[in-house]
Amino acid sequence: MSSTFDTVANIISETCDIEREKITPESHAIDDLGIDSLDFLDIAFAIDKAFGIKLPLEQWTQEVNDGKATTEQYFLLKNLSARIDELVAAKGAAPA
Amino acid sequence: MRLDYFLLIDRIVDLKLGDQTIRTEATVPTNSTIFEGHFPGHPLMPGVLLIETMAQTAGWLLIAMTKFTRIPLLAAVKEAKLRTVVTPGQVLNVSAKIVHDGSGFAITKADIACDGKPVCSAELTLRLIEFPDPALRAGMEKIAADIAFPMEAIRG
Repeated sequence: MSSTFDTVANIISETCDIEREKITPESHAIDDLGIDSLDFLDIAFAIDKAFGIKLPLEQWTQEVNDGKATTEQYFLLKNLSARIDELVAAKGAAPA
Repeated sequence: MRLDYFLLIDRIVDLKLGDQTIRTEATVPTNSTIFEGHFPGHPLMPGVLLIETMAQTAGWLLIAMTKFTRIPLLAAVKEAKLRTVVTPGQVLNVSAKIVHDGSGFAITKADIACDGKPVCSAELTLRLIEFPDPALRAGMEKIAADIAFPMEAIRG
């Protein structure tokens, strides 16, 4: 989890030119760091590449728009890191 | 190329879903009011329209990859290089490929060559959204037929 968070924080820092020290596990990507949807595409691209996954942004956005999930569940960085870990684990468990 | 309708692709020459590549062709018209201003007495194809030509080419590739379930919208243009000028009547050979197939977006690389010489290139990010209106999809299918979109390629 911590190394996943560090990777994500470094990606956000480099992609959005945000000081690394300002990015914490409790940071909300949208509300606290001011990352907009376009910048988040660059972040998603970098995360997908770094972890070999495909962040399900369409599904997450739909769930938030439908009121089935909150943005905190996906965009609070500690939660985002946990989702990434789940996706990496699911990929590893998937049959070849 | 119908500049006044912003329909910049004449024909899809090749579409390979497995390779995630596309090639299109477009001929710059000899007459257009755009050339009256860009530039008076010295008509040049505007660079932004060359970028749009690459974006539309990448867009048709994405429409094929998503089997006409998403409409691509240009979101970002990076590393755009306009290497030489394009004049009325020239034939553009446009290529695009997928660099990253994300969820709700794609990163593509595209380029245009003219008479075998590189004209321009760029990395283009396109968002993919559901067709907001069945009429839009129907309209895009009509345009697809006009530019020889290979429907059989997406039915398999």
